[in-house]
Amino acid sequence: MKTHTRVLIFISCVLMLTAYFLPLWHILLDAPQYPEGLEMKIWLNGLSGSIQQINGLNHYIGMKFISVDDFKEFRILPYVFGALTLIGFAAAVARSRRLLWAWFIGLCLFAIVGFGDFYVWEYNYGHNLNPHAAIKVEGMNYQPPLFGYKQLLNFTAGSLPDTGGILVGVGGLLAAAALFYKPQQSSNKIK
Amino acid sequence: MKFLSYKLLVPALAILAGSTISGCKPGKAGSSVDADAAQKVYVAPGKYDEVYAFLSGGFSGQVAAYGIPSGRLLKVIPVFSQNAENGYGYSEETKPMLNTSHGFVPWDDSHHPELSKTNGEDDGRWLFINGNNTPRIARINLATFKTVEILELPNIGGNHASPFCTENTEYVVGNTRFSEPLDNSNGDVPINSYKKNFKGAVSFVKVDKDKGAMNLAFQLIVPPFNYDLAHAGKGPSHDWIFFTCYNTEQANTLLEVNASQRDKDFIMAVNWKKAEELIAAGKGTKITAKYAHNVYNENTHTATSVMETGTQTLDVTKFPGLVYYLPCPKSPHGVDVTPDGEYMAASGKLAAVIPVFSFKKMLAAIDKKQYDGMIDGVLPVLKYEDVLHGEVKKPGLGPLHTEFDGKGYAYTTMFVSSEVVKWKIDNLEIIDRIPSYYSPGHLSVVGGDSKKPFGKYLLSLNKITKDRYLPTGPELAQACQLIDITGNKMKLLLDFPTIGEPHYAQMIPAEKILKNQVKFFKLEENKNAYATKSEKDTKVVRNGNRVDVYMTAIRSHLAPDNIEGIKIGDEVYVHVTNLEQDWDVPHGFAIKGANNAELLIMPGETCTLKWTPGLVGIVPYYCTDFCSALHQEMQGYFRVSPAGSNVPVKFSIGENPVTQ
Repeated sequence: MKTHTRVLIFISCVLMLTAYFLPLWHILLDAPQYPEGLEMKIWLNGLSGSIQQINGLNHYIGMKFISVDDFKEFRILPYVFGALTLIGFAAAVARSRRLLWAWFIGLCLFAIVGFGDFYVWEYNYGHNLNPHAAIKVEGMNYQPPLFGYKQLLNFTAGSLPDTGGILVGVGGLLAAAALFYKPQQSSNKIK
Repeated sequence: MKFLSYKLLVPALAILAGSTISGCKPGKAGSSVDADAAQKVYVAPGKYDEVYAFLSGGFSGQVAAYGIPSGRLLKVIPVFSQNAENGYGYSEETKPMLNTSHGFVPWDDSHHPELSKTNGEDDGRWLFINGNNTPRIARINLATFKTVEILELPNIGGNHASPFCTENTEYVVGNTRFSEPLDNSNGDVPINSYKKNFKGAVSFVKVDKDKGAMNLAFQLIVPPFNYDLAHAGKGPSHDWIFFTCYNTEQANTLLEVNASQRDKDFIMAVNWKKAEELIAAGKGTKITAKYAHNVYNENTHTATSVMETGTQTLDVTKFPGLVYYLPCPKSPHGVDVTPDGEYMAASGKLAAVIPVFSFKKMLAAIDKKQYDGMIDGVLPVLKYEDVLHGEVKKPGLGPLHTEFDGKGYAYTTMFVSSEVVKWKIDNLEIIDRIPSYYSPGHLSVVGGDSKKPFGKYLLSLNKITKDRYLPTGPELAQACQLIDITGNKMKLLLDFPTIGEPHYAQMIPAEKILKNQVKFFKLEENKNAYATKSEKDTKVVRNGNRVDVYMTAIRSHLAPDNIEGIKIGDEVYVHVTNLEQDWDVPHGFAIKGANNAELLIMPGETCTLKWTPGLVGIVPYYCTDFCSALHQEMQGYFRVSPAGSNVPVKFSIGENPVTQ
C-alpha cells in the first residue's frame, strides 16, 4: 500500500470522527410567523434544536410528538460508526487492501441503510396522523423531504446535511479515492 | 404722457411690493422642514429603527419606548400606574410594586428617564425614572422592559430633581421640589413657619454595580428651596453633582410671584464624594423614616414590598465644603454638564441669557474663599463673575434645558418663544434656531447628557399641540418633534404625538439594548410559589374560603377548563403559568364579572388573578391574547354555587387524543 493511500485513509478517518462532535443533518422549517426559522439538528446519538416548538406546532396537524427515546438508532449508531472507523484505521496501519475494501463497503452500506431508515421515519411521521387533529387537509401528508426543500402548508421544510454530515461525506469521498485513485506517473520521467 | 405715467407707475409698484414683503408676519415656519425628511424617517417594513427613545409618560405615570427615526411606538412600560392592559398593579405578583408608606398608590407623575451609565456613557442596562407626586424612583430592566424595583424616598415632597445619575451610576439622586418638615419631626405646624420648620433633603440612592439594586444610602439636609433639576459631573467634575434651586425667597404662598422676586437664584454644587466619605467615616446621623422598597424578582415573577425604617443624614451646615452655591439668573430649570465635564449650562426660566459656568473657575473660586455672602450663615455663595465662563446673549425666551452633540455645540429649548436654539460652547455664539410646536420643555439628543453623545437626532418634547393633528375634542395629545442635527442648520424631520406628557426622554443607539434582549422566561427557572410546570400538575385546592387554582396555558387550551365547587364568599386565586417556550406567545386570562383586570402572561411566567365571585351560576374564562389559530377555543367554565353549598371541588379537562 502506497503512502499516499494511507494518508488518505488516515485523513478520512479523522474527518469521520467529527461525527461525534458535530451535527450530521438538519431539518429547517420556515413560516411567515417564524421568520427566524425553526431547526432540528440530528446527531449521531440524538436530536437538538427547537423540538419543543416543532411538537407544539405538530399537535395541530396530529403528527406524533418527536422524542429522542423513540429512536433506538441513537443508541447503536455511535458503536456501529465507531467500529467502521476502526476498520479504516486498521486498514491503514496493517496496509491491508482487503480491510480497505471491507471498510469502503461498510461505509456504503451504512449510508444506504441510514438514508433508508431516515426515509421510513419521515414517511411514518408524515403519514400516520391522529384522526382527531384540529387541522385536517384532504390528501395532505407532512413528510419532510429526504434532501432539499418542500412546502408543507405554511411551512417551507428543508432537509440538508450539517457540518458533521458534510465532513463525513468528504471523508467518504477520500475513502473512495484511497481505493481507486492512482497518481499518474510523471511524464517527465522519460527525459 | 402715457410713457411718463408708466415711469411713475414702476417705482410706485416697487414701493408697494416692498411694503407688502415687510408686512409679512415674521418667523412662520415651514421652511425648517427638511426636503428629504420623508426619506430620513422612513424605516422600511421589517427593518429596525436606529435608536430607542424612552419617553416619560408624565401624568400617565409610565414610560414609552419609541423607535427613532420612525417615531413608532414600540411599548408602553408600566411603572407607577396600574395597567389593566397587562395586569401590572392588578395581579397578585405586581400589586406590591405600587406599595408606599401611604399604602397602595396606583398612580404617579413620571418625569425624567435616566439611562444607567458606565464611564459616563449610556450602557443600556437599566432605565431609572422618578415618581414626582409620591416620591419614588423606579428601575426598569432593559433586557425585559419590566419595572423591577421601586424605592420610595422619605423626607421630601415632589421628587423632581431626580433620578439623575453619577458618572458610573454610583448613585441616582432625588431631591425635593416641595420642601417639608422632615418626616420624623412634628409636621403639624403653621405653613407660614416655612423658613423655620421646612427642609430640603438631597437623597443619594446607591445602585449596585452588577445587579442594579437600589438602596437609600444617605440624605443631605439642605435649606428649604425648591430643587428642580440636577446633573452629575463627569471627567474632571466626577465628584460633584449640581442642582438648580428656585424659590430661594423661601416663599410659601403664591409662588408665581413671590418666588420670582430675586434677580438670581442658585445652582447648588454638592461634593458627593466628600459626603460619601463622611458617611463611611460614621459622621451621619441616623433618623427614623418610613419608606417602601419594592423589588420584582424575575425568577419568582413576584414582587415583594419591604417597609424601611430609617436613613442616614448629613446636615450640610455642619460640614463645611459639602455644598457651594452658584448665583444663577432667574428661577433656573436645567443644569447641564458638557460632555468633557468642564462647563455647566444653566437655564433660568425667566432669564434673558443662558449662563455657562466653568467648573475650573468654580474650584478656583472655592480656593480663594472670596464669597458673595453665606446662606444660613455658613453655606458659601460664590461670586457670579468668578464662576462664569460666559453668557449666551439673547438666546430666546424661557430657556429650560440643554443637551450636547459632542461636536462642541449645545441645544437649548425655549419654552416661551417655542424654539430650539443651537449655540457653540466655546464662544457662546448662537448658530441656529428652529421653531417648536409648541412650548418645548426638555429636549433630548441621542446620548446628549453623556460623555460621548451619539448626536444625529434631537427630540423636542412639547406641551402644546393645538393645530398639529386632527382634533380629538378638548383633550389633545402632547407631542415631540424629531430634528436632524447632523448639519450646521437644524432640520425638522418628523412630528408625532405621544402618551401622557413627554416630559423628558433619553435616546440610545439600538444595538446597546438589542444585544441583551430576553425572548422568553425559562420554565425550569420559574420559582413562582404557585408555578405549574406541566398540565398533569394542575389542580384546585380549597383552604377554608380560599381557593387556589393552579392552571396552565398552552396553545390552544387552558387546563383545567371545567372547575366546580366554587362558592359565594370564596376568594379565588387563579395562578396561570404559560407553558410556552417560544418568543412572542403570551396568553391572556380574564374572568367574566371579575372586579379586576386581566392577566397577560409571558412564556414561562406565572401570574395570579384574584377573583371574588359575586353571583351564582356558570362563569366563563378565556385567553384574551390572540395566540393561535385555535385561540377562540381557548376557554373554560367555573361553576359558582351558593354559600354553604355542598358541591365538591372538581376540576377536569377533556382527554386530548392528539397529545397522548
